[in-house]
Amino acid sequence: MFGSPISAFFDLKSRGILGMNRRNIAYISRYNKRHAFPLVDNKLLTKTLAIEFQVAVPELIAVIDSQHDVQLLEKKLQGRKKFCIKPAKGSGGKGILVICASEQGEYLRSNGQAISLMDIQRHISNILAGLFSLGGAVDVAVIEDLIEVDPDMGRFSHEGVPDIRLIVFRGVPVMAMMRLACTASQGKANLHQGAVGVGIDIASGRAVHAVQHDTPIQHHPDTGLALKDLVIPSWHCLLELGCACADMTGLGFLGVDLVMDKTIGPALLELNARPGLSIQIANDAGLLPRLRKVEELNRAELMVVSQRVAFAEQHFAAAPAAVFSD
Amino acid sequence: MKPSRTPLFAIVGLLLLVGSSMTWYRHQAFDVPWMPGEKRQVWSIEAKLEFIARGEPVKVSFAIPDTQNGFERIADHTASPGYGLAFIDTPGERRAEWSIRSARGKQTLYYRVDMQVETGLNIPQAPPELVENRKLMGSGPMDTSALQLLENALERSADHFTLARELIKAFNSQQQSADFLAQKQTRSRWLVQLLNQAEVPAREVLMLNLEDGRRRQPLVTYLQVFDGEEFQLFNPQTGKQGRGKNQMMWEYHSGALLDIIGGAKSNVWFSIIDQEVPASQVLELERQEDSLLDFSIHSLPVEEQTMFKGILLIPVGVLVVVFMRVLVGLRTSGTFMPVLIAMSFIQTSLWIGLIGFVLIVGIGLLIRGYLSYLNLLLVARISAVIMTVIGIIAVFSVLAYQLGLSEALKITFFPMIILSWTIERMSILWEEEGAKEVFIQSGGSLIVALVAYMVMTNDLIRHLTFNFIGLQAIFMALAILLGSYTGYRLLELRRFRFFTGSR
Repeated sequence: MFGSPISAFFDLKSRGILGMNRRNIAYISRYNKRHAFPLVDNKLLTKTLAIEFQVAVPELIAVIDSQHDVQLLEKKLQGRKKFCIKPAKGSGGKGILVICASEQGEYLRSNGQAISLMDIQRHISNILAGLFSLGGAVDVAVIEDLIEVDPDMGRFSHEGVPDIRLIVFRGVPVMAMMRLACTASQGKANLHQGAVGVGIDIASGRAVHAVQHDTPIQHHPDTGLALKDLVIPSWHCLLELGCACADMTGLGFLGVDLVMDKTIGPALLELNARPGLSIQIANDAGLLPRLRKVEELNRAELMVVSQRVAFAEQHFAAAPAAVFSD
Repeated sequence: MKPSRTPLFAIVGLLLLVGSSMTWYRHQAFDVPWMPGEKRQVWSIEAKLEFIARGEPVKVSFAIPDTQNGFERIADHTASPGYGLAFIDTPGERRAEWSIRSARGKQTLYYRVDMQVETGLNIPQAPPELVENRKLMGSGPMDTSALQLLENALERSADHFTLARELIKAFNSQQQSADFLAQKQTRSRWLVQLLNQAEVPAREVLMLNLEDGRRRQPLVTYLQVFDGEEFQLFNPQTGKQGRGKNQMMWEYHSGALLDIIGGAKSNVWFSIIDQEVPASQVLELERQEDSLLDFSIHSLPVEEQTMFKGILLIPVGVLVVVFMRVLVGLRTSGTFMPVLIAMSFIQTSLWIGLIGFVLIVGIGLLIRGYLSYLNLLLVARISAVIMTVIGIIAVFSVLAYQLGLSEALKITFFPMIILSWTIERMSILWEEEGAKEVFIQSGGSLIVALVAYMVMTNDLIRHLTFNFIGLQAIFMALAILLGSYTGYRLLELRRFRFFTGSR
């Protein structure tokens, strides 16, 4: 399985796997203009921009931007029982606090832990001080409505919110995966923390392959459901939403995280200007051939959304034989 | 759409060309060898004289060394703008004399001498004359107890050298008398006086311990005892006989080290560097000194050279980091933190450094874990961590000293602020990603630091970076080349293992 490094090197090359160095040099620094980074690195800016471009996002409850306002937290919550607190400049899911129920001053986290209002205030103080932001820069805390996952998709995830990651290159969706939280990942949907990654066929929204800890799996480790049965509803809408996100930021190589909400439907969770490479393992396919195909397009930026989605569905559909072949 | 790679390769080519031609020129024109082996050891010692001039004519007379046992003087130079200079070369004594009609304020004079190590070189010296008028008469308690010590030593000795040894032993064993005598004059003064009393010619000499890269090295007083033209050196405190391997006499004519007329508050600092010059170059050393084309660190004063010896190694360490991150794909906490750690390993020696690093970071993490319960703001918390790290270092230093591990005192060379940030970051990492990620990143940092340490302490690399400044351009070219590498990282071959080989 793991032969000489040199043959492995050429195996990866022939499979068209995108490596970290090439991603940084040939895609991120070439297609993502520096001035557009704050739009995605700051969740508050992303949210404002999304509302302006009429992209669906979870409702914004409040923004806390000074230590003084931390004391006013209870008032700002307006009696909401479910909400989610995020650092605006956090990365990699750091500093996100999800409260899924509250009663008599007790707040219940998504992992079942009960905490007090003071604990939440301390968390917000940490956010303001820049504990979770890159380089420790001062930050603001964004409080938004809790997402209630569409039950069709929720049944595959053990706990936490399953989200859909799209890689959108020059406005064209090129690869997709779904991330399912599980016990091993402690409710987090990050692959390197042990979440399950399910590769999704761009054309149909059906699962094609699944991995956990970079190793192929067939069933969800907690729920035991066969992952090959997973189909994402209103897939076409999700693709169009992803294209719209790319258009509003102007970023050429973008990771778009989407969710299916019970009430508002497909919604934007967050954007990433430096999307990770594990999506290739989840799809059992390399990104490079698809990226090259899009690079061959002369005027990808001028194509309308429906044209781009059609292009993706035509060229990046999974071969039927590839679906859960192993 | 694809930007052209041509300018990049042009810059790399230019840097390689400049670097290699500078390196080659230095090899050819100055005969600097590629390998560190084939060379003569030459110590460059720089004395920096500082004093405050009072606005009057100033005359400075400074004792300087000459060829002596084990060392041959091959060149000396001074730097002293505006001063007249003369080397007074009376038989048996060399002094440098600076003079100026009027000077005011802080004055700095430099004297530098190149001494070549010449084991087996034996230069006889004329013994000093006995000072008759300082004979002890045996009146008064001090004289009595001094003469008592001398009498004891005389009984147990056979000749001049054994007398000196026994006398020092007597001073060490009869601590009470020694303490009493020390109230009048230093022990070495007493030793000289008592030896003279016994008709043995002896004098105090000032020795310099030669250590590479030292700045502000002090002189130490030794005892020189003669038997005819033969002499032996004694450490007046321990009684140890003979010259240490890297010890050189600086002042050995019973004169003053420094005499200043017209100035006050004088200070002398010694900086030392180990030059390792090829044999053929030793002969030409003096002539080359004025060459404008000798574009090397070696034209700087010794004090700056010792600094550059370390600085020029940093690019090598940085290159190791680039290599490990771009080609191997190791994750480290803090991009260039491993280089700083490696540099402190060089100061502390490897094992002390490793143990110190693990201890400081480990205990720091425990204490930081408690601090997170106190609900502090970020800046205040990091300040607390910095103070904790300093506290840990202080406690370890004291403990190590009490246990007799003086080596461990070097733990103070660690970059404390950087360590504190490392602890803070690792602690957050621990809370968010779990202990595994902390071990991956700190392990990665340590591996990179170890590799950087091994490269930076390699004799060949030290020799090359210090002697061939052109290599810096080549390092830069390598860094730029690595910066444009788009292939896979070594660890990605493992990460994407399911795409490789037969499945």
